[in-house]
Amino acid sequence: MAADLSSVPSLSDFLAEPIARRALLACVMIGFANGFVSAFVVLRRSALKVGTLSHSLLPGIALVVLIAGVTNWSLLAGSVFAALFVGLGSVFLSRTSRLDQDTSMGILYTTGFAAGLIILQRLNLRQKLDEWLFGSIVGMADTDLWIAFGISLVAVVTLVTLQRPLLIYMFEPNVAASLGVPVRLLNYATFGVVILVLVSSLQAVGCILSVGLLITPAATVYLLTNEAKWLFIGGGILGAVGSVLAFLLQYPLGWSVSGAIVVVQGIFFLTAYVFSPRYGLFAKREVQV
Amino acid sequence: MVRSDLQHEAHDHAHDHVCWGGGHAHAHHHRLEVSDLCVSYNEVRALEHISFATECGRSIALVGPNGAGKSTLLKCLAGLIVPDSGNIIWRGKRLTRSSHEIAYLPQRGDVNWNFPITVRGLVEMGRFPNLGWWRRYSDHDETMVKRALVAMDLMDLQDRQISALSGGQQQRVFLARALAQEAHVLLLDEPYTGLDKPSQEVLAGLFRELTKEGRLLIASHHDLQTVEDIFDDVLMLRRTQIVFGITKEVFTAANVDAAYGANVPTVLEGRF
Repeated sequence: MAADLSSVPSLSDFLAEPIARRALLACVMIGFANGFVSAFVVLRRSALKVGTLSHSLLPGIALVVLIAGVTNWSLLAGSVFAALFVGLGSVFLSRTSRLDQDTSMGILYTTGFAAGLIILQRLNLRQKLDEWLFGSIVGMADTDLWIAFGISLVAVVTLVTLQRPLLIYMFEPNVAASLGVPVRLLNYATFGVVILVLVSSLQAVGCILSVGLLITPAATVYLLTNEAKWLFIGGGILGAVGSVLAFLLQYPLGWSVSGAIVVVQGIFFLTAYVFSPRYGLFAKREVQV
Repeated sequence: MVRSDLQHEAHDHAHDHVCWGGGHAHAHHHRLEVSDLCVSYNEVRALEHISFATECGRSIALVGPNGAGKSTLLKCLAGLIVPDSGNIIWRGKRLTRSSHEIAYLPQRGDVNWNFPITVRGLVEMGRFPNLGWWRRYSDHDETMVKRALVAMDLMDLQDRQISALSGGQQQRVFLARALAQEAHVLLLDEPYTGLDKPSQEVLAGLFRELTKEGRLLIASHHDLQTVEDIFDDVLMLRRTQIVFGITKEVFTAANVDAAYGANVPTVLEGRF
């Protein structure tokens, strides 16, 4: 046992390596951006849509790789392509058939996901495939870090800038439209922000678990606070702190990084669900008595 | 002195603008005319040939069976749906999109009441047309919000979460938002649905006050028993317009039959 431990570098030795420090920095940025945007996803009640979208990124990336090969930008380019394909495709399908948009999206993203799997396997990109499915935060290069930083900045600045109309839009789109809020513009802007943030979480936890990082943080805060503002800030903080904590835990425990990141968020959520002074399980019992 | 004069003037202007206490004096400028309005929803005709004219200071009930097009008409007047044909003229101008002078109050069931916002926060939303995206919340904005809260008797509840309100209080918060918006026209989708008797009476009283102050209220309404007590005018619909006019004159058994067909609610039997 002792021999096993000594053969692996200690946590502090590991953290001294540039790879580990880059990963920690990525955890902070990606965790914060995803947690921040998760407030929008929770308030707009669009968790299911985001789940669909995250899975549809894979075929987009596969297609871009098929055409242009693997580059630093294949994640971003592929994701934008995939989002446009599924987003616009589902609108087109539902308008030109009797299917509703949810059904159309369901068909498009599963078919796309399957096609993406086949393409990536045919291209002999087994390792890349694993990274996109389950994340690769330890292997991030400087360019990846800068992309993550840029994405986080754009996402947070966009939502902060739009906060006043956004609040009304999230509350009730019809009321927002009647007040002159440019609902369609906000629709596109927030769709863009969600796509961007998904790309960054793809790197951290992969497309299968990305939804966890893009929903759970704000859902946890939702059980603790009554202020929309704190949902955003608190979501960001929980996302960042949770991801860092997960990264520090996974090393000595030998867990998968992406698994640890999402499990820690899940534990945060469970804790709030049970112990929240206002909306937790125990709080409810008090009210009933 | 000069400053207080200015303030006074601004105040008067605000009065005129919002119909707040404006009475019937300027009602003739505030005409709403709907002519030959036809609307489709997902390629299905929802409304055909709706025409009526009214003005500030009236309250109108939209009456008709489910699917008659009441909500569609309200959304159309709010600028949320573009009609296939026909015109909506508000104060002499053709309405092509939403106007800050027209407030839309959705059905309470359509709203996420768990949304983390306080009563005051929701009422402040009404200032958006004035504030735009970034302008600072001014003293005037604060005054309007406060007046709206006072008028709807919500001052004591202003810091309360909207999830912790009764149905009647929720409806009053919506009304306060419309007042903070300085709206002339209030479009309400089923405001009476789900309210208990005392809340219904409070709401009826508020409707009377709001119209007396010079606002135009248009509400879809399903309780045929109370139409005569609450509304000045009635617009009866069944995809097409059955009748429009003063409640006392047009709310008759024959017209109700025409609107509801064989499905007149049994509670009304023997009423006419």
